[in-house]
Amino acid sequence: MLKEIRPAIVMMVLLTALTGLVYPLAMTGVAQAVFPHQANGSLIVKDGKVIGSELIGQNFAGERYFRGRPSATSDTDPNDATKTVAAPYNAANSSGSNAGPTSKALFDRVQAYTAKLKAENPDAPVPVDLVTASASGLDPDITPAAAHFQVPRVAKARGLPEAKVRELVAQSIDGRFLGVLGEPRVNVLKLNIALDALKGG
Amino acid sequence: MTFDGWIQIALFGVVVVLITKPFGSYMARVFAGECTLLSPVLGPIERLFYRLSGVDEKAEQSWLVYAVAMLLFNLVGFLSLYALMRLQALLPFNPAGQPAVEESLAFNTALSFDTNTNWQSYVPETTMSYLVQMAGLTVHNFVSAATGIALAIALVRGFARRSAKSIGNFWVDLTRCTLYVLLPLSIVVGLFFVWQGVPQNLGAYTEATTLEGAKQVIAQGPVASQEVIKMLGTNGGGFFNANSAHPFENPNAITNFVQIVLIFSIGAALTNVFGRMVGDQRQGWAVFSVMAILFLMGTTTAYWAEATGNPNFARLGIDANPSGLQAGGNMEGKEVRFGIVNSALFATVTTDASCGAVNAMHDSFTPLGGLVPMFNIQLGEIIFGGVGAGLYGMLMFAIVSVFIAGLMVGRTPEYLGKKIEAKEVKMALLAILILPLSILGFSAIATVIDAGLAGPANAGPHGFSEILYAYTSATGNNGSAFAGLSANTLFYNTTIGLAMFVGRFLMIVPMVAIAGSLAAKKIVPASAGTFPTNGPLFVGLLVGVILIVGGLTFFPALALGPLVEHFAMMAGTLY
Repeated sequence: MLKEIRPAIVMMVLLTALTGLVYPLAMTGVAQAVFPHQANGSLIVKDGKVIGSELIGQNFAGERYFRGRPSATSDTDPNDATKTVAAPYNAANSSGSNAGPTSKALFDRVQAYTAKLKAENPDAPVPVDLVTASASGLDPDITPAAAHFQVPRVAKARGLPEAKVRELVAQSIDGRFLGVLGEPRVNVLKLNIALDALKGG
Repeated sequence: MTFDGWIQIALFGVVVVLITKPFGSYMARVFAGECTLLSPVLGPIERLFYRLSGVDEKAEQSWLVYAVAMLLFNLVGFLSLYALMRLQALLPFNPAGQPAVEESLAFNTALSFDTNTNWQSYVPETTMSYLVQMAGLTVHNFVSAATGIALAIALVRGFARRSAKSIGNFWVDLTRCTLYVLLPLSIVVGLFFVWQGVPQNLGAYTEATTLEGAKQVIAQGPVASQEVIKMLGTNGGGFFNANSAHPFENPNAITNFVQIVLIFSIGAALTNVFGRMVGDQRQGWAVFSVMAILFLMGTTTAYWAEATGNPNFARLGIDANPSGLQAGGNMEGKEVRFGIVNSALFATVTTDASCGAVNAMHDSFTPLGGLVPMFNIQLGEIIFGGVGAGLYGMLMFAIVSVFIAGLMVGRTPEYLGKKIEAKEVKMALLAILILPLSILGFSAIATVIDAGLAGPANAGPHGFSEILYAYTSATGNNGSAFAGLSANTLFYNTTIGLAMFVGRFLMIVPMVAIAGSLAAKKIVPASAGTFPTNGPLFVGLLVGVILIVGGLTFFPALALGPLVEHFAMMAGTLY
């Protein structure tokens, strides 16, 4: 059995070299050559500056933009490294809320968000994805229902006719893949970029 | 539940059925040492590996030597991974400047990836350098998967051979599995993932200026190369904290579909390999059917529970009904692109197998929706299962089933022509009983001592569920979590580490002993009194044994956690 020691060590070294260095580095080389945009994070560049990634949601606080879903991500407290502070859409620390279905804290949060949204648009029921935190805290999408819900506020803040904004939302819906897989969705960052590009906005 | 949702589940099932036979045929050739399409390219590398490590590929091993070789290899892997994490600050490929990983966390993580668990007590993007992710974690994604598959093949050889002293050569099985099965698929599917948006770079984190002028730091890295083997090898350790819920790990519905197919692919194909090696593919399909039945039961329950949603939200006037404009249901901890059906399906698949990747936060599932993944793991992850581990776990239950059938008719049980005697039944029961012992034992300790009670993030029965899920996941080598639990403490890192070790190796050793003892037996020719193990009667019996053993053992614990929470939720009680 002692003669199994040599293969145990040598095999580990060889397999590390192959699957831990050659494989990922070669994959990086090929990916960078063939799919450079995706391999570097699908970044959106405007006027030479990176404004985000197509795939990563970002925090929208103002009235003039469509907002994404609640995000439970956090960051280290700048005043005390042992604590964390809420930092929505922190793309260097992805996380969900991990609140259970009978959590009082979850219920209170959902209630507070719902009240705010109802004040913003009393005419429509509040879509569930707008008051629940996403799994990654970086969800780039909202449901079409959540996008339509926000149309009155955005249109008012921008002085645009609602119909025009609603038309933009309708154009921004990505359907299911081949009409079957996944769920219909609206990418919030792309929608907001399109919104900024609207004439008269 | 929607029509489109069921179509997506059906489509997934059809694809898994379709790949089982061709993939099984290919893997059977690989482990028989036959020539394959890839041999001209990989043959020279394979022979170089044997030469450098002094392995004689023709020499076979007894079950004991096979087990020792496997344990030594895993010991070396554990020590080298631990060292790599402790030294990462001094090594290259560390653009984010991550410091050395703390001792108990490094211990836990090294065991976690060594045992194919991939439990993560840490946030990867703020803890691990790119070098550790590649040369440490990715490597173990490959070799722990190959170890599991090799062991399953060794057990099947035990059934297939007659009066034999050996069950194969661990080094050959390990090498051939990595080179011919795992690596080629990883290259092809990994590049597909990049095409679909999964990053693959070695650059520093990107600093973006958002539309509103705020700063956003975006984590990067060689994600795709690790993502693919994470799913294919049923490892499940995320490159990022949010795992397959992170848009960089799993950007859209197509990557999501491919990921869940990858999780089941090897486990399903191995049932066919099993059938081929014992000379009757229907034996493989019988095992496949048992797995498929249990899979459908879990998926249906989880889908129903998550689609029904949280009744406490309904009284706030929130619209959670499915429509053309939204998926509705319980969306806390879920991503819009996956909605309800793909989250419930993923959660079932990842715990049927011992994958543990998540595309939604199990902690925020409804009580019954969260019960499904927990129960799946507690059954031993035998529903297609962890690569290799699923098949050998299922065969342990098969041995117990024929034993029970034998008791009913008063005849010495046989399985695949081998007499199942006291030694095999004892060993199989030992392997099966390790699971509840570790899960319930550690959970009981954690719920009575302060260090354990400090962990849960949620109060009430859900807090208990978080603890129970942690040891369930660790012992089952799954790696998913009710992630609210603060597990990065000395107590949890150590006990969860031990649970992972117990769940992996204390199950494997009796199983390899069975392989050795079966290989040495003669084949008894089938007669009129033989209980056929390739028909519906056996399938029904096996499903029953699995559910009764799993159900009876864990029911009291589940009653204290998810079941009581379900009734609390329906009554509107909050904690």
